Amino acid sequence: MDSNNYSNKRGTYIPPVILAEGLKKSYGNIAAVDNINFAVQKGEIFGFLGPNGAGKTTTMKMIQCISPRSAGGLRVFDLDPDEYPDIIKHRIGVVPQETNLDPDFTCEGNLLMYARYFDIPKDIAKDRVKELLTFVSLSEKHDVSIEKLSGGMKRRLILARALINKPELLILDEPTIGLDPQARHLIWERLKLLQSQGNTIVLTTHYLDEAARLCDRLVIMDNGKILEEGTPSSLVSKHAGGEIVEVEKNNDVLECIRGMNVPFEETGDTVLISASDAHEIARQLLEKCRPKKMLTRPATLEDVFLKLTGRRLRD
Amino acid sequence: MVNIFSIPRINRRAWHVWRRNLTVFVKTWKVNFFPPFVEAFLYLLAIGVGIGTYVKEIDGVPYVNFIAPAILGIAVMNSAFFECTYGSYVRMYYQKSFDAIIATPLSIEDVIAGELLWGATKSVMYVVIMLGVLTLFGVMAFPTSLFVIPLAFIGGLLFAALAMCFTAITPSIDALNYPSFLFITPMSLFSGTFFPLTILPPIFSYVALALLPLTHIVAVFRMLTLPAFSWTMVFNLTWIVAVTLLLCVIAINLMRRRLIV
Repeated sequence: MDSNNYSNKRGTYIPPVILAEGLKKSYGNIAAVDNINFAVQKGEIFGFLGPNGAGKTTTMKMIQCISPRSAGGLRVFDLDPDEYPDIIKHRIGVVPQETNLDPDFTCEGNLLMYARYFDIPKDIAKDRVKELLTFVSLSEKHDVSIEKLSGGMKRRLILARALINKPELLILDEPTIGLDPQARHLIWERLKLLQSQGNTIVLTTHYLDEAARLCDRLVIMDNGKILEEGTPSSLVSKHAGGEIVEVEKNNDVLECIRGMNVPFEETGDTVLISASDAHEIARQLLEKCRPKKMLTRPATLEDVFLKLTGRRLRD
Repeated sequence: MVNIFSIPRINRRAWHVWRRNLTVFVKTWKVNFFPPFVEAFLYLLAIGVGIGTYVKEIDGVPYVNFIAPAILGIAVMNSAFFECTYGSYVRMYYQKSFDAIIATPLSIEDVIAGELLWGATKSVMYVVIMLGVLTLFGVMAFPTSLFVIPLAFIGGLLFAALAMCFTAITPSIDALNYPSFLFITPMSLFSGTFFPLTILPPIFSYVALALLPLTHIVAVFRMLTLPAFSWTMVFNLTWIVAVTLLLCVIAINLMRRRLIV
């Protein structure tokens, strides 16, 4: 390693926690991840958004050192996952998409067993398990078997399991999938708390409100490629404007909007107009064509997402 | 693509997987220790005493003494083979345990090595229990019969690895019935277990010695439990060790090929 790249006399350059350059993963002729570049800095929450099959999970698996890359560069903690998988895995915590808790053990048993895989001494592990069960509000369920837990409890336990080795980097693949609002809020809160303690967090999600709420920066992926990168607010203002007018679609309204010379999008029974001054557009529409239903709202990440990845169903 | 003959790198962390399986096993020890206990009784009564009444002896050996080492050999085979086919498949496919474990510093090679060690351990535990029962019937010679215990570990490793090869290529849990019924069941009958292979046309002996691991295990066990030593034990042991090492390497690489994509 060339140390000159990372430090100089004026200060120390801190390499990113994850650095991907031209990262690629192919299965036969199909490129699941196709030449992507990104860097995750220490202490940030970095999101991967994209429809099913976009390549998010494949990217996570390459970072976790459980799926070797086909081409390109990837460094985690400035180490090559192909060469130092055990060192890297010692320093990361993973919340997988699929719930893979061990059904042969209780909540506590699952965490203790996991601690053993990290070579954590038993007495230290016991204390940490207690702390973590409290952290995810599962102390009372410590000796309950996995089958008796609700979906939300299982996800919380998986979060606790991912923290057993005090990871510097936490990777979460769809952390709140299928959870009720209470459980989602609890997980969000905990993730923010972990970030404030200096953890770096990488997550994938379909929930755009989740991404907007949690992520400092995010990328939108589709077909194995990164389409956009930025902060949630910069992506919204760049691609969706400030506000959106939604009007019920009929021929009169369409005629009228075409006459106004503003960009618009038709979806199902609604027409969407993005504008910096939605109220002015709405006023004009109201005067000119008297739509039956109309509303104005702030643009969201969902508008950006649908604009960039299209409305076609993926699977 | 991984070469199936390349030597895998195994870390001592593989024992964590072994510990996991042992912990689960100990939690339900009553259910687990019951079958080998009963099995030894049933075989010995039905075949040893029942058929033995008519057969009396084979090559000058009382029939019940002749089949006793075969009962041990079959136990080595069945306990490791079924553990690393159905047992491992359930952990791999239904419980996703392997996925969970490889997210920790353990590699897939460590996980499979741990599973194989566990399969072999199960063979040892079963053989120890059966050895106790058979000793009560007075059909085991000591101290030579004690060597059966370490050999049960090597034999167990052989069948665990063989099983893991099938687990690595099976499309579903039902398809594991093919090796079980088409390979393991015939092997338990045609490996010089309940009758000497020499009474069949010579081709049977050759095929059994070349392809059926149980033939070698039963031959060695019989020399130890009667006892009746022969220089052929060197050949049997060499065959067992060589095939065990080869199958362990192949099993780990095949599983890597299945799970790491």
